[in-house]
Amino acid sequence: MISNSVKINRFKDRIFKWYGLLSTTIGVVILFVFLYTIIKEGWDRLNWQFFTSLPSRRPSSAGILVPLLGTFWIMILTTIIAVPIGVAAAIYLEEYGKKDKFASFIEVNIANLAGVPSIIYGLLALEIFVRIMGLGRSLLSGAFTLSLLILPIVIVSTREALKSVPKTIREASYALGATKWKTIWNAVLPSAAGGILTGVILAISRAIGETAPLVVIGAMLYITTIPTHPLDDFSVLPIQIYNWLSRPQKGFIENATAAIIVLLAITFILNGIAIYLRNKWQNKVKW
Amino acid sequence: MQSKISAKEVNVYYGSNHVIKHVSLDIFSNEVVAFIGPSGCGKSTFLRLLNRMNDFIESFRMEGQIFIDNEDIYDKKINVEELRKKVGMVFQKPNPFPKSIYENVVYGLRIQGIKNKKQLDEVVERTLKQVGIWEEVKDKLNQSALALSGGQQQRVCIARTLAVEPSVVLMDEPTSALDPISTATIEELIYHLKKDYTIVIVTHNMQQAGRVSDRTAFFYMGELVEFSDTKELFTNPKVDLTQKYITGRFG
Repeated sequence: MISNSVKINRFKDRIFKWYGLLSTTIGVVILFVFLYTIIKEGWDRLNWQFFTSLPSRRPSSAGILVPLLGTFWIMILTTIIAVPIGVAAAIYLEEYGKKDKFASFIEVNIANLAGVPSIIYGLLALEIFVRIMGLGRSLLSGAFTLSLLILPIVIVSTREALKSVPKTIREASYALGATKWKTIWNAVLPSAAGGILTGVILAISRAIGETAPLVVIGAMLYITTIPTHPLDDFSVLPIQIYNWLSRPQKGFIENATAAIIVLLAITFILNGIAIYLRNKWQNKVKW
Repeated sequence: MQSKISAKEVNVYYGSNHVIKHVSLDIFSNEVVAFIGPSGCGKSTFLRLLNRMNDFIESFRMEGQIFIDNEDIYDKKINVEELRKKVGMVFQKPNPFPKSIYENVVYGLRIQGIKNKKQLDEVVERTLKQVGIWEEVKDKLNQSALALSGGQQQRVCIARTLAVEPSVVLMDEPTSALDPISTATIEELIYHLKKDYTIVIVTHNMQQAGRVSDRTAFFYMGELVEFSDTKELFTNPKVDLTQKYITGRFG
């Protein structure tokens, strides 16, 4: 004999199970429908010509060479700018900073910065990098802008990685006569490298998908020269996609979907590397 | 006889907690001294005074003096890094760096800026032979030290400590995380090391203290209750409390 309340609870249990399953399915199904549509529309457009051509007024002869190279440039420059600053800031906050009011003030602000809409960073960058520093609408301006954007992410993930290094590793280093800096450089950072790298890659993959801040600083919609220098004008994939999608011709829509496939592929590859590194480090480092 | 380590009226406080109370003791060159006592008796804290590892604890405060080779190690002029090279330490849980066996052993030399490959190779071979693990690992020096067994890891950690040529080696329950066979090899190693080093070992295991040490110090509630020849302390303790502890009536 099962009491009423047990029956009701079991019923609730089943309802919740189905609700959970439904929610999961919706997410996955939407993603698959989206991927399917994109790939169906754009797959045929992915040929050698598409990767190696400059922009054009005719959809069939237009290509993504300039924005693709722009995206790679931005990836590299942003890494060079954001990683040393972000990692150094995290080391300071985690290892040197005293746990006082000033530190918690900075901490709260970094967390807040991670939540600021990206277009705000664009406005800030327009004033500082483009106008005051006179870098113009260059790759360097773009990279500085995106560096600002991902700096909080890099700092937070680096701090987490540093925190996860066990005390015993630091003690081992100190006990061998290492100074604080040598301990951080030779023992703590190598132990935290996996976590730091994972955070950096995820931050970069976020950066290359950004459109709004780059539109604000004036990344070009139509340039016909390959960027070869950090001070060159540039475009990136999301901006090219945005541009093509706003054209009326059917051919440009097809181009846009093909470019989306490329951007998605880059993002997936980066995230894949991040997951691979994380698993590898987890297996290797068993404390 | 000249003492290697000499503590005079040492008191330690963590905040308002008085954890070491008026401890004075002398340890001589090339002897093995064991610290025993129940958990929280201050034996590990006292061990960590000898290479100043307690300095990292914020609320730590100390009174009294400790001399090693007639140098006051808590003097302001002392270079703590130099002290730690001279007074090495092996920890409770094997804690190799996530690096190769080779890089683990030469870590202390690398941070001193020694780059000479031949010199480093020599040190690796010498110290790994000292700890009796050379034959087992000589073909895989470039493999991660984390892939070794616990006992092997602990021996690499000892080799790493010996590589910076200390004269004192502190061991904080070095076998508590190891199986009986690894424990036996480490104990045998301690016996061999004693001719070149002064060894201070903290242990929970009274049989171990009996097997490896020349003299034993019994700590209780932050006080040094009794300190005498190991055989003497275990067979004929002077203090009632020691008698109770070694016969397992508390602890």
